[in-house]
Amino acid sequence: MSPSDADRASRQAMSPAGPNYAVLLGGPAREGVEAVTLSILALLGAFALFAVFVAVQGHDPVAVYRVLWLGAFGTSFSIENTLTLAAPIILTALCTLIPARIGLLVIGGEGALIMGGLGAVLAGMAITGLPGHLGILWCTLMGAVFGGAWVAMAGALKHWRGVNETIATLLLNYIAIALMFHLVTGPLRDLDVAIKAQSYAIPQAYAMGDLPGWSVHWGLVYGVVVIAGVHVFLRHTVTGFSMSVLGGNRRAAQMAGLNIGGLTLLAPGRGGAAGGLAGAIVVVAVHRAASESLVVGFGYTGILVAFLARQNPLAVVIVALVIGGIAASGGLLQRRFGMPDAATDLLLGMIFLAVLASNALAGRLFPAR
Amino acid sequence: MDTELGWWGVLIAVIGGAVRVSSPYLFVALGETLTERAGRVNLGLEGTLVLGAMTAFATSYLTGSPWLGVLAAGGAGTLLGTLHALICNLPRVNDIAVGIALFIFGTGLAFYLGKDFVVPRADMLPGLPLGDWSDIPAVQSALEISPLFLLGVELAFFLQWAIYNTRWGLVLRMAGENAEAGRALGLSVPLIRLSATAAGGFLSGIGGAFLSLYYPGNWNEGLSSGQGLMAVALVIFARWNPVRCFWASLLFGGATALGPAVQTVGIASGYYLFNAAPYVMTLILLIWASSPREALVGAPREVSISR
Repeated sequence: MSPSDADRASRQAMSPAGPNYAVLLGGPAREGVEAVTLSILALLGAFALFAVFVAVQGHDPVAVYRVLWLGAFGTSFSIENTLTLAAPIILTALCTLIPARIGLLVIGGEGALIMGGLGAVLAGMAITGLPGHLGILWCTLMGAVFGGAWVAMAGALKHWRGVNETIATLLLNYIAIALMFHLVTGPLRDLDVAIKAQSYAIPQAYAMGDLPGWSVHWGLVYGVVVIAGVHVFLRHTVTGFSMSVLGGNRRAAQMAGLNIGGLTLLAPGRGGAAGGLAGAIVVVAVHRAASESLVVGFGYTGILVAFLARQNPLAVVIVALVIGGIAASGGLLQRRFGMPDAATDLLLGMIFLAVLASNALAGRLFPAR
Repeated sequence: MDTELGWWGVLIAVIGGAVRVSSPYLFVALGETLTERAGRVNLGLEGTLVLGAMTAFATSYLTGSPWLGVLAAGGAGTLLGTLHALICNLPRVNDIAVGIALFIFGTGLAFYLGKDFVVPRADMLPGLPLGDWSDIPAVQSALEISPLFLLGVELAFFLQWAIYNTRWGLVLRMAGENAEAGRALGLSVPLIRLSATAAGGFLSGIGGAFLSLYYPGNWNEGLSSGQGLMAVALVIFARWNPVRCFWASLLFGGATALGPAVQTVGIASGYYLFNAAPYVMTLILLIWASSPREALVGAPREVSISR
């Protein structure tokens, strides 16, 4: 950031309208409309780019997008698939979104998810006799605690040692993966499962069921409830407001006597708790054990979702459905066109680049007079 | 590996491994040093590394010339670097976020285009057998050195000299230390950063070529395990100094070689923990090199990662 940028940012942050919500939150209606327009433009731009790419690869772009739609939202089966994928993505997006409120760029969703999955498994192994609902609650709670503690470490390092949080959380992702592999191939390995290395399973009674009439597990409800809670927390509580003050202007936060250390520790901690909850849900609803199946990149998809939603919790739900849909269509694209499974990753990467580039147009589409 | 060498065997394997494994770290770290000296952070060099590895392998397979593969990898890296710089030259764009996007984009592109090259064998880069004087196979294999490694070492010393002793180096440092001063002198800071990021991408691409054409010397989706990312932390540890980047990459290479080396003396448990050693070491070094009160020592002032 050049000095002039910093200057402008601080002027915006201290303007009478309060912290610079326009960048992070949408804020007043004009900026909200602009943010939505920019995100849609970025999506369309990335879709156009991907169309050119698949055309060069010798596929018919129209047919590709028809199949993509079919795989994402075209049938009730694909809608259920998309909704199932959206649940963990909503939660890992919060791992980037909540710390972004205090100006930290945390990308530790993948590590938080894995630690949360491990936490749920350990909790389920430790206490087996609970009734089903309580057992699920206990496992998901411990998942959130594990994920939260994991990412809070990055906050602690930031506060006490000034360690860059982006690099620290990315390293913590790799360390979490290694730790998980160590545990499921060693101390926690269930030797009765011969096909692959996986941990002992949580009790059958703790398995999370499906929503009545759907083949979508309750994790989606968890995701939506947490999003609503985060929205209220960020917009309508003192701590939430303190976080935006700190994110908008650190000096102002110091002058106001805010507990900067606590906020720097707990913002990543809360984000990590959301990511950990994602991992716990994947465990109790799908695998019932920890294994390499936890490492599928939900954490990285969550970063993209947070940016595409422009760090607005309510927008995260819609964006997660779109991105979850793209991810869900990967298998169908693979079968119909013989595309590599990286096709959807590539499209997601293009969307990410387009979203960031579209920031250049912020404030220019509907200029204030 | 000779079993009677015992723990000496581990030491030799770690030293040999350090030399062998350090090259990708070295090239990415030198590339990132150039980029950050101009005032930008490219966190997407992991993606560049993977795309470079794929391009090098595919080119070598299709043309039969591994050195052409190295050049092609550099070219692919240059393209990604240029893309990063062009997007970051737009107003209100966060360079770290663009790096993360490029990380996802680069690996996605590499896995997509590289799907057909997972099975075949390509022509590898030759090694220089500098250990033939010894009749111990462990020593021989430890001292078989890639010409790319030697090239990287020379490049580190050359960059060290060039950054401090040429007009070009001065311009680069000015863009990184004080963009306003550069502008006042009529220099185009975006253009300087574009060139530096593109050059950084070129070097990282070559680091990828080393992975796929020398060691481990194949192409698959698990080829890189975050070397491109750790190299970014390595640059901080090396305090943006090319020669220190060289020593630091040897250290990182040694940490990476520890897991496989320990396995050879029969310590099989904790394999994954030993594999995590480079990440843990990176984190510890970061904690050690950082400070809560002031910007990092030696950091270019325009770089956002150091504040």
